[in-house]
Amino acid sequence: MTTAHGCAAPDYDSVDEGTELPQIDIRIRRADLVRYSGASGDFNVIHWNERAARAAGLPDVIAHGMLTMAITARIVTDWVGDPGAVAEYAVRFSRPVIVPDDEDGAEIVITARVAKKLPDHRVRVDIVARCGADKVLSMARAFVVLP
Amino acid sequence: MPLDPAFIGRTYPAVEVYEVGREKIREFADAIGDPNPVYRDRGAARAAGHQDVIAPPTFPIVITARIGEQVIFDPELGLDYTKVVHGQQRFVVTRPVRAGDRLIGVLTVDNIQAAAGNDLISTRVDVSTEDGEPVVTAYSMLVARGTSGVATSDPSKA
Repeated sequence: MTTAHGCAAPDYDSVDEGTELPQIDIRIRRADLVRYSGASGDFNVIHWNERAARAAGLPDVIAHGMLTMAITARIVTDWVGDPGAVAEYAVRFSRPVIVPDDEDGAEIVITARVAKKLPDHRVRVDIVARCGADKVLSMARAFVVLP
Repeated sequence: MPLDPAFIGRTYPAVEVYEVGREKIREFADAIGDPNPVYRDRGAARAAGHQDVIAPPTFPIVITARIGEQVIFDPELGLDYTKVVHGQQRFVVTRPVRAGDRLIGVLTVDNIQAAAGNDLISTRVDVSTEDGEPVVTAYSMLVARGTSGVATSDPSKA
């Protein structure tokens, strides 16, 4: 199976601790928040209503943490090809992703590397998701089973 | 007001079955902008070794968030939901969720604590098929900002 990058899927023997995964950059605009609200059932007003977001003490509308977590997972699932290889995925939501009401929205820059090779063809991938200067996820990790 | 620690260890049995639909998975994959064919095309999913299309790794939140509301909105707990932000999330996967699954979730309150004036509540939802096959466990930590009434960062109020 090939990955979304068109490269051969990584196998356990060919990856090393420190191997970097291909970086991905993903833009989130207001329309994406509305769509994610509908698909997920999370209609919290701070994700689509600027007035409500400001009343809650936020500078503007923010993305759903779970949307940021979902798009960040792609650095791993695009790499392995089969998302069924993800055995565990965990994040801390360290900073909100503020999504202004314009064409540019917010850009999430996602990087990751193989942090540890474990028994039984498992690897731990450590992930960093940034929006501008902010690290929006911390302690983001996936445990993946490689062929 | 701090949350009642008596809730720690409380378990809420499964209330209803969630049937995973192929089009719901597609809708979710579209919403997260992920074009992976195993979320949409049964042939691609089978080629990857799955019985049917599978759901993205964070899809279980669609099921487990609703189940978690049983405690989050329990008036006895006293959580002010307008102050709540999502602190942490973790999924431990036994096997991917796939189209056609009929899933149930058992909710447990793992921990309640106050830290730096915030209330923290940690829950988990153990998701299985209605026949009892384990599928995924979702661990969530929610933070209610400034609600515990004890600002440990300010000793004068401690």
